[in-house]
Amino acid sequence: MAEPARARPKITPETQHYWDGAKAGELRLQRCDSCAHAYFPPRPFCPKCGSRGVSVFKASGKGTLYSYVINHRPLAPGFTEPHAIAVVELEEGPRMMSNILDCPQTPEALELDMKLEVTFQKIDDNLTLPQFRPAKG
Amino acid sequence: MRRNQVAVVGAAETTKLGVIPDMSQIQLHADAALNAMADCGLKPSDIDGVATAVESPQQIAHYLGITPSWVDGTSVGGCSFMLHVRHAAAAIEAGLCKTVLITHAESGKSMIGKLPRSIPADSLQGQFEAPYGIYGPPSQFPIPVLRFMKTWGITHEQLAMVAVVQREWAAKNPRATMKDPITVADVLNSRMIAYPFRLLQCCLVTDGGGALIMTSADRAKDFPHKPVYVLGTGESVETPMVSQMESFNSSRAFKVAGPTAFREAGISHSDVDHLMIYDAFAHLPLFGLGDLGFMPYEETGKFIADGNTRPGGKLPLNTNGGGLSYMHSGMYGMYALQESVRQMRGIAPAQVEGAKISVCHGVGGMFAASGTIIFTNEK
Repeated sequence: MAEPARARPKITPETQHYWDGAKAGELRLQRCDSCAHAYFPPRPFCPKCGSRGVSVFKASGKGTLYSYVINHRPLAPGFTEPHAIAVVELEEGPRMMSNILDCPQTPEALELDMKLEVTFQKIDDNLTLPQFRPAKG
Repeated sequence: MRRNQVAVVGAAETTKLGVIPDMSQIQLHADAALNAMADCGLKPSDIDGVATAVESPQQIAHYLGITPSWVDGTSVGGCSFMLHVRHAAAAIEAGLCKTVLITHAESGKSMIGKLPRSIPADSLQGQFEAPYGIYGPPSQFPIPVLRFMKTWGITHEQLAMVAVVQREWAAKNPRATMKDPITVADVLNSRMIAYPFRLLQCCLVTDGGGALIMTSADRAKDFPHKPVYVLGTGESVETPMVSQMESFNSSRAFKVAGPTAFREAGISHSDVDHLMIYDAFAHLPLFGLGDLGFMPYEETGKFIADGNTRPGGKLPLNTNGGGLSYMHSGMYGMYALQESVRQMRGIAPAQVEGAKISVCHGVGGMFAASGTIIFTNEK
């Protein structure tokens, strides 16, 4: 029997740009044209001032490790435990959930405030997932 | 809302707590509700207001044979019942109804007739959190704790003491699920669940329920038990996505709900005789002590580790044993409320002698929502 698959996002119209960006190797955020607030997750308006005038932009992909857990139980379908579920603070301000790839999944290796950079994990032809790994150099 | 105008006159949990495979979830609701009605000498036909969460108020009203003129189905996770108390108090005071029944039940362990709770794949959480392997509360609720610890200088040993102290309270409570004493070493050596949290820092999973009956203070004096008055209330929500909290150094929802209740009650922290802080996981009492304004965040870990919240301590906290040792069906708020009511009635197994004011603070989801109720036994 096939192993249960990891939870998959079902894309909605207002998030399409984000997922298209991931496929193209870009981390796309949105910024308010009125108040310049950069935000995540995607919404067709600014959650700070309510303006509907917003633009999509390519984020730097740089961030720091804000917090995390290393999950052992319950076992998440499609994952090999232990695996870290992290929250990354992006250079532009917003925070987002991620896994930390190319890194031992240990408290010693996962140091809070460590520098991270975006990487893109191709799950299959339909889905590429933005992820983070320790920054190089 | 005016202070002391509404009171709890009936309060009861299900006849059994723990593992109850012979009862469905809706039956547990009815068991708790009928016990609460018996507690105050009422019948379903005496009830004209119904509030519940997860289960629909129409289901509860129909199942119990109630014809309500006011209903509330606010469902924001485990603190929903704190919000129901707040809303019911306002409704009674406004004259929308006279006698409200609030029920909770969950077949959390046996999963008999349990309504499904899942994350839709097209929700924001389904798109931007679930793909990273969040799976159940243990992989989500503790996500802020390492940041909280780093910012405020909280140690792993201090966090372990939360579980140790609550087990001391549970040892005094015959209905508690886990009563054997534990040490900091026991906690730190227990099975890893989601680093930094180990098994003994995570709540139990059990079956059970509870119900409250509320009415106006004018009517409350005619019931068998001494009324427990609602002195102050507060509520708020933040985000269903733990990753999108404003900060991991505090809970915005706690910081709105708690202080709102204190202001409404017109009390200061030194007036508090008894405190419940919903402890689905061991970090929540630390957030609660800080966010409700009892002390600076950096003192919270030491405050508990020094024994101030244990039996005989100056601020008795989670005196039933809490979600960590008493029981946790999946939504714990009702059980915290029940313990506050018992303490105000003077009948708790680990009774705080002479307690006059009890603060009961709840959380819903993974810091998604919060409700605070302040009770008193003095009019």
